[in-house]
Amino acid sequence: MTRVAVLRYPGTWSERDFAHALSLVDGIESEILWHEDADLRGFDAAIVPGGFSYGDYLRAGAIAKLSPATRELRRFAEDGGAVLGSCNGFQILCEAGLLPGALIRNRDLRYRCDWVHVRVENDRTPFTTALAGAVLKLPIGNGEGCWVADPDTFARVEASGQVVFRYADARGAATEDANPNGSLGNVAGVANEAGNVVGLMPHPERCAEGLLGGTDGYRMLANLTSVRHGTAPALYR
Amino acid sequence: MRFIARVVVRPKAEVRDPQGEAVFAALRSLGHDVAEVRTGKEIDVTFEAPDERAAREAAARMGDQLLANPVIESYEVDVELARDGAAVG
Repeated sequence: MTRVAVLRYPGTWSERDFAHALSLVDGIESEILWHEDADLRGFDAAIVPGGFSYGDYLRAGAIAKLSPATRELRRFAEDGGAVLGSCNGFQILCEAGLLPGALIRNRDLRYRCDWVHVRVENDRTPFTTALAGAVLKLPIGNGEGCWVADPDTFARVEASGQVVFRYADARGAATEDANPNGSLGNVAGVANEAGNVVGLMPHPERCAEGLLGGTDGYRMLANLTSVRHGTAPALYR
Repeated sequence: MRFIARVVVRPKAEVRDPQGEAVFAALRSLGHDVAEVRTGKEIDVTFEAPDERAAREAAARMGDQLLANPVIESYEVDVELARDGAAVG
């Protein structure tokens, strides 16, 4: 059994959707943890879901990074634990310095609620193990999804294979038209250097069953069935 | 002494400022011949400090730790004595 912690901050809105999506996968059990007393001991993976933590005040994720959960996530990640941040969770992990870059306002200033395609660029993460080269159809819903980094960081992220997901068309071509928000290099998701912490703007939890228009989120979360804390890091990157 | 730090946070020059671009287009549509618009935000923080230097240092720590994200933003600090400048308490 893979044990997955789903964190909840004030303003998080996707934690129940993640718990539901994870409940569809045989071999995974999940628990929603309040951020202030999140203890990740005994868990194999942790998820930081989307929403508007602390109302997105100051910057998306800027206040949430001060939560005690950040220290616990850092400890867990340094110990090789698998961490996934989606949407606001991605923003929080970037603000906390667990992932490179930052998320700024979308190119056209619009809140984008849509389906996008992403190409899996790196299958050496706990969330993409069985998805080498796959093109996934996933929903987005965000106003600040434009990933940016300074030129040195961007070059390093590209060179070391830390780009995990790239916006692409349905056939997998990473075109300008397929980029919903102006992200540098069409980046939709990145990993840390070790490969065990991953963030992405799309919402895998919102497409884990056919009724919701797609099951590619299920395909992503199902990778966790083989994740056991303390055994996996050598696989990544 | 009581100080007010006016912290102005701006997107770094190399980071796109879509809000500034929208204001730019709007000003142009009004007939203003503007060359560029950059937006930012001002955060005014009131606090006690023994002197102005200490107040500046405290404001800089606030900027580094929280008020600006160094990946995408830079900030400037202007510190002045609060109008009721006498120490409180």
